[in-house]
Amino acid sequence: MAYVTHDETAYVAPLEVEEEHLYHAKTWLGKYVFSQDAKVIAIQYACTAMGIGLVALVFSLIMRLQLGFPNTFAFIAPEDYYQFVTMHGMIMVIYLLTALFLGGFGNYLIPLMVGARDMVFPYVNMISYWVYLVAVLILVASMFVPGGATGSGWTLYPPQAVTAGTPGSDLGIILMLVSLIVFIIGFTMGGLNYVVTVLQGRTRGMTLMRLPLTVWGIFMATVLALLAFPALLVACIMMLFDKIVGTSFFMPAVISMGEQLPHTGGSPVLFEHLFWFFGHPEVYIVALPAFGIVSDLLATHARKTIFGYRMMVWAIVVIGGLSFIVWAHHMYVSGMNPYFGFFFATTTLIIAIPTAIKVYNWVLTLWHGNIRLTVPMMFAIGFIFTFINGGLTGLFLGNVTVDLPLSDTYFVVAHFHMVMAVSPVLVVFGAIYHWYPKMTGRLLNDGLGRAHFWITFLGTYAIYYPMHYLGFLGLPRRYYAMGPTEFMPESAHSLNQFITISAIMVGAAQLLFLYNLIVSYRNGKEAGHNPWESTTLEWQTPATPPGHGNFGSELPLVYRWAYDYSVPGAPADFLPQNLPPQGGSAEGIREGKVD
Amino acid sequence: MGISVGIMFLIMAVVAGWLLKQTMSTTPWIARTTIVEGHGGSFSQAKAKIGLWVFLAVVTSLFALFISAYTTRMELGDWRPLPEPTLLWFNTAILVLSSIALQWARHSVEKEEIGGVKIGLAAGGGLTISFMVGQLVAWQQLGDLGYHPSTNPANGFFYLITGLHGLHMLGGLVAWCRTSFKVWRGSEAAEVRLSVELCTAYWHFLLVVWFVLFGLMLST
Ligand code: HEM
Ligand SMILES: [Cu+2]
Repeated sequence: MAYVTHDETAYVAPLEVEEEHLYHAKTWLGKYVFSQDAKVIAIQYACTAMGIGLVALVFSLIMRLQLGFPNTFAFIAPEDYYQFVTMHGMIMVIYLLTALFLGGFGNYLIPLMVGARDMVFPYVNMISYWVYLVAVLILVASMFVPGGATGSGWTLYPPQAVTAGTPGSDLGIILMLVSLIVFIIGFTMGGLNYVVTVLQGRTRGMTLMRLPLTVWGIFMATVLALLAFPALLVACIMMLFDKIVGTSFFMPAVISMGEQLPHTGGSPVLFEHLFWFFGHPEVYIVALPAFGIVSDLLATHARKTIFGYRMMVWAIVVIGGLSFIVWAHHMYVSGMNPYFGFFFATTTLIIAIPTAIKVYNWVLTLWHGNIRLTVPMMFAIGFIFTFINGGLTGLFLGNVTVDLPLSDTYFVVAHFHMVMAVSPVLVVFGAIYHWYPKMTGRLLNDGLGRAHFWITFLGTYAIYYPMHYLGFLGLPRRYYAMGPTEFMPESAHSLNQFITISAIMVGAAQLLFLYNLIVSYRNGKEAGHNPWESTTLEWQTPATPPGHGNFGSELPLVYRWAYDYSVPGAPADFLPQNLPPQGGSAEGIREGKVD
Repeated sequence: MGISVGIMFLIMAVVAGWLLKQTMSTTPWIARTTIVEGHGGSFSQAKAKIGLWVFLAVVTSLFALFISAYTTRMELGDWRPLPEPTLLWFNTAILVLSSIALQWARHSVEKEEIGGVKIGLAAGGGLTISFMVGQLVAWQQLGDLGYHPSTNPANGFFYLITGLHGLHMLGGLVAWCRTSFKVWRGSEAAEVRLSVELCTAYWHFLLVVWFVLFGLMLST
């Protein structure tokens, strides 16, 4: 792996930049509020997502209080509990993680990493954020309408989602569905931008195979989302029709509260198919960006080439493709044809292969690396642990015979929190510690960061590890209180209290993080332009935080991939992507001068 | 769901095939000054075109899923097909004509004949609006005959699918308005060329979607 090859290093004329096409805001409002700059939009997305995510976090703590100490808190009625479960799940999956990874990190990182001045359709990009905000507001409004938010569980299964007896079965569910529809419309606008920017907005020399894996992850997740969200859209529209117009797409004949409803003959299982046709890819919509980001964090902080770059790209694409043919593993208990179940169990196990390849490659990237145990690195390594953990229980649940008794128990809750809640959230934290210096010019406080990491990492294990055991005992999911049962020994109740106390500690640790975010904005240590000595383009911008248009007067020219760390014989232990094959001196590289 | 899986499979196959082309025999770890033409720089035609293609993939996915839902729900016992009003054939013809008109606009914009562009756009827009009015009349006729959305899932799907197709046409008309506005304010053919091309492509796409949907409803 020589660092200089080839003699095709002829002089390449710098690209003349056509400034006229870059939108320049004239007013304060246009610059900071209705901005078309992807970086501002990214921060708007991120703040909104984290704000509503905090609400979901509080909901989960309230649920845990109830589960750990039943009959203690008078303010948590059973209906409230169901509403908290539903809102918690829905917000976390869609309004927090999807919006944060794609709207937040996607907007911030794609243009910078591919060497573009902005997204290709900045105006549409701006609208995308405002539509997302409206979706969030509708969601919040649904909590305050008569009857309250829907309490049907985040899967919104009919008929119970729309029949009396479920909390929020009138306005609550209607607003929930409308909010999702609005979200999908807004997301599609953003998603078109992310995809087309990766395809067409790259600077010269940035071939697809030189893209950092972060971009690959976000790109493929966006492709999945663009194709899978329509399934949720169809399900939402049809359910709205059932609810408002009185059609019977999903609604069978039901007697609800002694009253015969007008519906006949509909198929709730059809809803399940549509929902999970979206729902399973959704898992990868939050996982693929996390995969990509974590690959870059590991390579940068281990000062090593990512192991098997092309294989990593292929794995992302193969996982994306396969994720469309595994959805029914969420429906083993719906009474499906055994051959059907066999098919979906097989595809589910097959998807584990590219996933395992990724895990091996991460571990092999660490192998003999010059590891710098920075806070982002700790989160990245933490991710590997939790992801392997959650992935292994996924292999269990992928088998029909194992899933049948475990379905709808706390084993499932433990599994999906490990694999799609904790793992991506650890990556979110790692990514924020990693890129905050680029966004603000200052580092986050290291001590607070370490405390945040250890409490969150060990704390989530304390929360979710015991849940596997509770699941084996048969503790059902989505229960307000268990009451006296034979299969729950006294020790299980103490375990529940332990989980609740751990959850409160983890929740409190997030306040440390928020405090860190706010205080470091003014008082953090100056970061310089490239504190992690990273190769990717976002660290090579002339200004930090990057100015409007990202790259000053000339777009960078890319000569190499994103993983030139510790190249033998090179002047520095990292070679920025825009460093010409023969150029560079150690100081020049460190100071961000490439010629 | 088989249809949707098939469509997804096709789309993913395109992605994978394209990727295969990119990855065959590349050695990303070697630094070189390979310059790829056509990247960077200003807002190019290709961006808007690729944007439209990606959007069409999303819409394809949406309608494929509706068709999957339709065919799945159809299997159940209470499905009573509804008689498609003859008017729909007429509407279909109008939609075909509107596509032809836009094709004419596109043809003229290539030859820089702004007069032809005007005729094509005006005819295309007018025909499209008549199509939509026609669809509304068809709804009315069915309603008068007692085919309400809630009386049978077949009816529900009919209103839903035609309505959704209409909404997409409406979105197209917004783009059509903006293009026509530019043309009548005196833009050169070259300036509106891209807009006209994109509109035309979108119209043809929606025409194909309509053929599929109408065919589905006729055959079931
Ligand atoms: C400190 C962090 C968290 C705690 C303590 C927590 C706790 C809980 C609890 C107690 C439930 C209800 C279980 C039940 O009664 O069935 C739940 C459900 C759920 N959580 Fe979390 N959670 C956390 C973070 C997350 C995150 C980050 C996600 C993002 C993916 C997430 C996704 C879900 C989903 C999808 C459900 C299912 C909701 C439903 O059953 O409808 N959670 N969580
Ligand atoms: Cu799944």
